[in-house]
Amino acid sequence: MTEPVTVLDPTAEAIPTQRSLNPRPSGLHGLTVGLLDISKPRGDVFLDRIEEGLTAQGAKVRRYAKPTFTKPAPVDLRHEIAAQCDAVIEALAD
Amino acid sequence: MYDRGWSDGLPLVAPTRERVLRMLEGTSRSGDEIVALMPPNLVECTVEKVAVNAVMAGCRPEYLPVVLASLEAICSDEFNMHGILATTMGVGPVLVVNGPIATQIGMNSGVNVLGQGNRANATIGRAVQLVVRNVGGGAPGGIDRATHGSMSKLGFCFAEDEVGSPWTTLAEDRGFDRSQGVVTAFCGEGPRILLDQQSRSAESLIRMLAEGLLASVSPRTVMAMDGLLVLSPEHMARFSDAGWDRPRFMEELGKLLLVETDTILAGAGGIDEGLPEGLGGLTLPKFRPGGLLVVHAGGPAGLFSAIIGGWVNGPMGSEPTSREIIR
Repeated sequence: MTEPVTVLDPTAEAIPTQRSLNPRPSGLHGLTVGLLDISKPRGDVFLDRIEEGLTAQGAKVRRYAKPTFTKPAPVDLRHEIAAQCDAVIEALAD
Repeated sequence: MYDRGWSDGLPLVAPTRERVLRMLEGTSRSGDEIVALMPPNLVECTVEKVAVNAVMAGCRPEYLPVVLASLEAICSDEFNMHGILATTMGVGPVLVVNGPIATQIGMNSGVNVLGQGNRANATIGRAVQLVVRNVGGGAPGGIDRATHGSMSKLGFCFAEDEVGSPWTTLAEDRGFDRSQGVVTAFCGEGPRILLDQQSRSAESLIRMLAEGLLASVSPRTVMAMDGLLVLSPEHMARFSDAGWDRPRFMEELGKLLLVETDTILAGAGGIDEGLPEGLGGLTLPKFRPGGLLVVHAGGPAGLFSAIIGGWVNGPMGSEPTSREIIR
């Protein structure tokens, strides 16, 4: 019988903090909804239509944009959205 | 190890304590030294973790400094490994090694340079990708959303043929000394062949190269994506025979890589993809200044060169990034 082989862990050995999503709002009337454009072509076209729909439902809309779609949203932008909005929609487009 | 999700799909070398310790002998750096914040999870990655993954990839200890320098390059903000991993485009870090270390560790810069068969070329690039996967947490289907992917996501590393080149090296062109070991990370796809078997003059071949390069990524992109051209020795001979050095080559090529934007506007030729109408009437270079990297590598016979198309460039995407290799 062969001896068991011990191998070293190649991973970061990190256990990510689990965070749950906020509960889904029952309606949008009176809520502030952030629309985050990731800065891909025609993201604004898509979000303009979303904004029309949200406004019609009585939501207040705030628009945001990432500096570039190739990088994660800067921490300050994420905090800004979290502080100013009740919900957020992130939009891809092409 | 497969079941734990540690593999890129190929068999791994078991990273036993003995093998990892032997791997760490390949560097003067301490095992607990932080090499980089590894995307996408932005985890502090130690030299030891790199060594574990280098063992799994099949590296020899003397390759470890190249793996470490490569990781430093790709984890820089300007290279933007997070975005390169996440993008739907099939791009990854293409690693070009310059300096005496390439020969000393047995890297291939000649026959089948971009292909299989050389342990250093094959395992250095693989080790880098395994670190991104295992330490950074970036795996296909997770943060990695590539539509097709490419070999550059498995591991793509080669050395420039410096001895056979009459030109300055890529690293020299980027401000390093010829005696330094340097790795340059370029965000690119797999190589595509550019065939020209009939040009006997520099003036003819450069026109052919330009035609091929104009189609890099898409004939409709200008200045937005970089490129890497790998000139073969037989193609290089056309230019060296004519007395062209690297600056002359780049100057002549630049003249041929100008695009009349009217020809690539959205809708031109019945194709919806293209530049917005407001950019019509201009003459723009295919590549931004410094956006085309040129290296010399390949076997002694064969009238081909290779084009490796890039990705979104500059601060909006990825910047080619060089780091000195420290042993």
